[in-house]
Amino acid sequence: MFLSDADLEAIALTLRLATITTLILFVVGTPIAWWLSRTRSRWKGPVGAVVALPLVLPPSVLGFYLLVTMGPNGPVGWLTQTLGIGLLPFSFWGLVIGSVFYSLPFMVQPVQNAFEAMGERPLEVAATLRASPLDRFFTVALPLAAPGFVTAGILTFAHTVGEFGVVLMIGGNIPGETRVASVQIYDYVEALEYGNAHRLAAVLLVFSFLVLLALYSWRPHPRKV
Amino acid sequence: MLDVHVRLAWPGFSLEVDEQLPARGVTALFGHSGSGKTTLLRCIAGLERAGQGRLSFNGEVWQDAETWVPTHRRPIGYVFQEASLFPHLSVLGNLRYGQKRSRRANPGARDTRFRLEQAVELLGIDHLLERRPAALSGGERQRVGMARALAVSPRLLLMDEPLAALDLARKQEVLPYLERLHDELEIPIIYVSHAPDEVARLADHLVVMDGGRVRRAGPLNAVLSMLDLPIRLGEDAGVVLDATVVERDERWHLLRLCCGDASLWVRDTGAALGDHVRVRILARDVSIARAHTEGSSILNSLPARVESIGDEDHPALALVRLDFGGGTLLARVTRRSAAQLELAPGDAVWIQIKAAALL
Repeated sequence: MFLSDADLEAIALTLRLATITTLILFVVGTPIAWWLSRTRSRWKGPVGAVVALPLVLPPSVLGFYLLVTMGPNGPVGWLTQTLGIGLLPFSFWGLVIGSVFYSLPFMVQPVQNAFEAMGERPLEVAATLRASPLDRFFTVALPLAAPGFVTAGILTFAHTVGEFGVVLMIGGNIPGETRVASVQIYDYVEALEYGNAHRLAAVLLVFSFLVLLALYSWRPHPRKV
Repeated sequence: MLDVHVRLAWPGFSLEVDEQLPARGVTALFGHSGSGKTTLLRCIAGLERAGQGRLSFNGEVWQDAETWVPTHRRPIGYVFQEASLFPHLSVLGNLRYGQKRSRRANPGARDTRFRLEQAVELLGIDHLLERRPAALSGGERQRVGMARALAVSPRLLLMDEPLAALDLARKQEVLPYLERLHDELEIPIIYVSHAPDEVARLADHLVVMDGGRVRRAGPLNAVLSMLDLPIRLGEDAGVVLDATVVERDERWHLLRLCCGDASLWVRDTGAALGDHVRVRILARDVSIARAHTEGSSILNSLPARVESIGDEDHPALALVRLDFGGGTLLARVTRRSAAQLELAPGDAVWIQIKAAALL
């Protein structure tokens, strides 16, 4: 077999993490993107900056703060312990939370751009056609922003697959739980198993290239009215 | 009746309107861009919320100190300047979008006069239903936009310069459909326009706006024949008269129109005897003489009485308001001619009408 069972497990875990993170971010990121695209509040700037932080922050910094917050002495850690969930760091769901923060801008920004690009007009038209605000959002804003959602979904998924620093800080290296593909490669290199590292690295390289190729070749149908 | 009281202030612009608009026929909101006509229309639709305002339609309050009826609950249809069709839906999907929702909002409503099929028929878009908006021409899109607005069975139709984004050929394509709406719909229409020829063809009632205020309002010809309109119409100054076709001259392809007590000969456009028609007579096509002139090529030479004389843009010109038995007319003459003829209010004169266009 080209890849070992441990490799396959790491890849499966990576895909599972990326899929769950992307799905959560569709739900969490869309309202944030909508709010940012429509608000005239003075909080727009600060919120936009916070959302974009993971773009510039070293993943280790983000991971460090998450570790502290979710740890036994952090507020989130206190809450999860009180609720009987236990502690999140060094668990799969802790990793999911870290990834959601880490990939947030990759979801919010393309969707926000799509919402901004459509302008107010389609929503005004829908209002004159008897559609309530919620109705307008689901039947007009979401379909018109579909290309933005496709871009956002691909970027979020791919970015989560490429995550390393945050995982190392809050996930550690537990097989089947937090050992994702990027960490697995790191382990191989640490152990000087370059052959194994090559194989898994090649898989990630090809995957990343194909994702970006799809993104750059894909064009929405020209729809202009 | 639509009772509108709106106060709205933006940096560099304010809208201040207290007006009662008739709940029948076509009311044109006419003015230059920036005059506030579109903003007023948006206030009526609820797309713009005036801080202070009172708005009621046939006694139903849409806005006052305690009430705010949002756009989607107002019984209106709205046609935007660009058709603004939903690109993700087919033409039929666009039409059904509003129809479904309005039906849901009033399940027991008998007010289904403008069912979808009728709107489709009225605007001649039967063959377009399966198409995507991107595959339509500008004129077709605008017709679909109008049908979509009608498919919600509105009780008031608001139109924001539906022809302004179209070139001349497309305009000629869509205008006849607008005239059908005017003739066949029983609902009142408020029509925003800056084009005098559209107003002449479509409006029954005219509201002239300038600087966010209503400057003149009244029945079409009463406003058009004012000498002191705040907006100079220049070459477009003129009146629109209602007339009836009473005689057809087969040999010379002419029609005789009866307009009040007066008769006018115009080119035969195919109108039937007994038809009620509109005739537009531009001020520049009317000349004045002291006596009836024999041997002229001009068909329509009629006695008239000078009512008043007003200014034109150019200092060489004057506008003369005349009563010719069929209503009020404007004539544009040079100031020198007016002085040589010693025109004064009350004078009996002859007018010659070079051209009268059947609309």
